[in-house]
Amino acid sequence: MKSLAELKAIKEKDIKAYDYKILIGMATCGIAAGANPVMSEFKKIAQEKKLDNVNIQLTGCIGICRLEPLVEVYDSKGNRFTYIHMDSKKAAEVMQSHIIEGKPCTDYLICDEPNGCIKNVLETRSFKKQIRIALRNCGNINPEHIDEYIQNDGYSALGKVLTEMKPQEVIQLLLDSGLRGRGGAGFPTGLKWKFAAAAQNDQKYVCCNADEGDPGAFMDRSVLEGDPHSVLEAMAIAGYAIGSNQGYIYVRAEYPIAVKRLNIAIKQAKEYGLLGNNIFGTGFDFDIEIRLGAGAFVCGEETALMTSIEGKRGEPRPRPPFPANKGLFGKPTILNNVETLANVPVIITKGPQWFNKIGTEKSKGTKVFAVGGKINNTGLIEIPMGMTLREVIYDIGGGIPNGKAFKAAQTGGPSGGCIPAEHLDIQIDYDNLVAIGSMMGSGGLIVMDEDNCMVDIAQFFLGFTVDESCGKCPPCRIGTRRMLEMLEKITDGNGEDGDIEKLERLAYSIKEAALCGLGQTAPNPVLSTLRYFRDEYKAHIYDKTCPSGVCKHLLNYYIDSEKCVGCSVCARNCPVNAISGVIKSPYVIDNDTCIKCGVCYEKCKFDAIYKK
Amino acid sequence: MCQNCNLDEKEMKLQEVLNKHKDSKGALIPVLHEAQEIYGYLPLSVQEVIANALGLPLSEVYGVVTFYTQFSLYPKGQYKIQVCLGTACYVKGSNNILEEFKKQLGIEVGQSTEDGKFSLDACRCVGACGLAPVVMINEDVYGTLVPGDVANILKKY
Repeated sequence: MKSLAELKAIKEKDIKAYDYKILIGMATCGIAAGANPVMSEFKKIAQEKKLDNVNIQLTGCIGICRLEPLVEVYDSKGNRFTYIHMDSKKAAEVMQSHIIEGKPCTDYLICDEPNGCIKNVLETRSFKKQIRIALRNCGNINPEHIDEYIQNDGYSALGKVLTEMKPQEVIQLLLDSGLRGRGGAGFPTGLKWKFAAAAQNDQKYVCCNADEGDPGAFMDRSVLEGDPHSVLEAMAIAGYAIGSNQGYIYVRAEYPIAVKRLNIAIKQAKEYGLLGNNIFGTGFDFDIEIRLGAGAFVCGEETALMTSIEGKRGEPRPRPPFPANKGLFGKPTILNNVETLANVPVIITKGPQWFNKIGTEKSKGTKVFAVGGKINNTGLIEIPMGMTLREVIYDIGGGIPNGKAFKAAQTGGPSGGCIPAEHLDIQIDYDNLVAIGSMMGSGGLIVMDEDNCMVDIAQFFLGFTVDESCGKCPPCRIGTRRMLEMLEKITDGNGEDGDIEKLERLAYSIKEAALCGLGQTAPNPVLSTLRYFRDEYKAHIYDKTCPSGVCKHLLNYYIDSEKCVGCSVCARNCPVNAISGVIKSPYVIDNDTCIKCGVCYEKCKFDAIYKK
Repeated sequence: MCQNCNLDEKEMKLQEVLNKHKDSKGALIPVLHEAQEIYGYLPLSVQEVIANALGLPLSEVYGVVTFYTQFSLYPKGQYKIQVCLGTACYVKGSNNILEEFKKQLGIEVGQSTEDGKFSLDACRCVGACGLAPVVMINEDVYGTLVPGDVANILKKY
């Protein structure tokens, strides 16, 4: 690509007009739900019936995971139809009725309670509340075709930057926009770039952190699978701004589809000359390499990530020196998260004023959340900063399944905390979440209901940290293990008076003394559950009960004599013969013998066994 | 003289990988990934070849291999079962799914079945949280599982 005119020519080139465009959601979740056979069926029928008026394409994540596999049909009149829970049989029907006969299959269209079936996803209540910036192309374009990205304004920001702006102006524009890092801590992106631009060195690097290790967060995967070029474009812009000609994307090996699409995107961008030498004929060179992670959570920490790209054990090192001065291979480096980068091209095209009108005073723009756990509408959402947690959970998320009560939302993964019901009306932004003891994190939002035990959840996260601690600094290596042991003692029913205070003391010491972000934030899940759910800890320690009925050692199984029909299935399956009784009359469990394996609970067909 | 005559096919492939990467910065981890693709795991003998070719001490190669969970010192099963224990899966009961796999296969986490067909691991978040609880077997992802589904899934292999 030697000039903007060439880009414009691709953007405006005549696209063959089809009567129908069929987009099949083929991100990881779509494929897991069965999108491959759906795709084959559409293609097979189109070929058999020689339908040359239909354009069938794959696309990325549309965001409504629970309704996968999803298929969207666009007709030439501008109508859009969203079909849900597709399989190959339904695909054949849609092909016959909608495409060939022109009658949409209303039975398979998306529904929105209480309005019933509607035409497409844009009309759902949960979509109307969202603003899509980082996810603008996900689910709308084929991520494996660079032309589709270009036709949606792609690479025009890079063109503008290279031909019209000085590097300082790009940095100033980002500073004005108020964009903050979407990977966790929320450091102003423009400021990071400014520091690296000021560093004097013959070689600098741009890194993209795609090591999305937070369990429960998958927005980076979705962007890479659905819109990889937006990340490449932003990295090239960053390279120009700080004076770098080489980028690295560090991506999890657990995301094979994301890696595949990134490779395709890099290859296409190189073929078009949008990466490589003399981009747009301006003399600017920029290249990108992919490096695969190897399953170490700590590599999401910036210094550890760079050590890992260097081919070493991914151990963090103390800062300063900061990466902006001494980063990858000892050279000035910036490291931005995928979602942050995905925002950059739009901010440049639409301007900083457009962007900073969205959001709250100190948190501009939108945030993508991966909503999961005990919530009806699991999936990926992008909301303006400042929306309340209540709106997210009830309006967009559709509330809690099975009529259960909301207990807490967990954000920030193993570094974050739980937000209880009393804070449902908090406006979500960086500073508000920190103020109530949680954090934005990378955007995992896991909802818990009354059946989840908060001590057990804290123990789960500590177990994670202990596994993932790199072992370099003792506060994290030894301290988190001691914390985990204390939590195990409590959930095993051996908690003693004073344990809570010991836990707190150790938690604060680790926060003070650990080397990197992983260790410094590792105690957060414990501190935040202690802050809001101290009574649950007390119940485990003093009353030896688990109020939510999760901690096995604190539970007893009972048989409801009203419901028991005396079939003897439980007694026959009990591995320790703890259940006795006479056929056709209620059975009883001897709690001294019972090992709480739960087999009887699973086997009973009459719901007669309960735990307390 | 022919240098590679005594090498078997896997060794030849490894040599190719080493030649491809040996001049690039930070080559060790990409090389280990590709070597594991070839051998299925990273025995000490393979690590020695890599260490020599890249001019690194064996201790450093071993240090990297043992640091990252993706690298294995032991052979894995033909079908690698990974039960996701990420947060979304955990709150939806993925530990019960893991227990069921253990029961059905008669192995513990980190082990392989005697015939080498299956290996069982717990993993952290495969990023398909909308379908929790999730299990990955090689490249296939199974979602919204209950323990009762496990037997049927295993039958497919």
